[in-house]
Amino acid sequence: MIRIQRENFDAGAELKAMTEGRTDIGAVVSFVGLVRDLAGGVNLSSMTLEHYPGMAERQAQEIEDEARRRWPVQDCLIVHRYGTLNPGDQIVLVLVASAHRGAAFEAAEFLIDWLKTKAPFWKREATNEGDLWVAAKEDDDKAADRWAKKG
Amino acid sequence: MTILYFAWLRERTKTAEETIDLPDGVTDVAGLIDWLKSRGPNYEEAFKEMKAVRVAVNQEHMPLTATIEDGDEVAFFPPVTGG
Repeated sequence: MIRIQRENFDAGAELKAMTEGRTDIGAVVSFVGLVRDLAGGVNLSSMTLEHYPGMAERQAQEIEDEARRRWPVQDCLIVHRYGTLNPGDQIVLVLVASAHRGAAFEAAEFLIDWLKTKAPFWKREATNEGDLWVAAKEDDDKAADRWAKKG
Repeated sequence: MTILYFAWLRERTKTAEETIDLPDGVTDVAGLIDWLKSRGPNYEEAFKEMKAVRVAVNQEHMPLTATIEDGDEVAFFPPVTGG
């Protein structure tokens, strides 16, 4: 399930909702991305996330579908926020439930790696040295490329 | 067709969204960019650094060689930085 929203989320409540009443889930892996107060050695005062409504949901759904094709995922939730966030605020939640931990860990890592390089969101950081659009990181591309299908 | 701009492409073109008729002779994204650049310095500036411009056609990532037709939704934006 995909939710793109301005509002905050409660990872614990989401995890409970995902697993409540089920006895087939053996493992849930969660990833929460947070706003840090340092951006390239400069103090960050806030961050604004712009997104492409429609495409953001669609790309996230395609990434979820791909994870479900690759791993035996029993349930999956992606929540990604937009708007202005402050240091310490939550940005993104990925929850993956599976029968065993191996699939849950791998699928969660895949989901966040591909979200970072394919979902249309852009961060603008406000710092004491001015405002700047965040540049894409080569490390993120490398992380996402690990999951490219060999063939 | 609808054209959308995000992040610094929106700022440099001073446009978030616009509707245009597909210009005569334009068949792909690269051709559309050439046509947009001819519209003024804002557009020329926005499309100066093509290495940093990404494209979506109908909400799917596409290369500059992707063909387009009237009615398509074309979006221009920098490499994504969410997550």
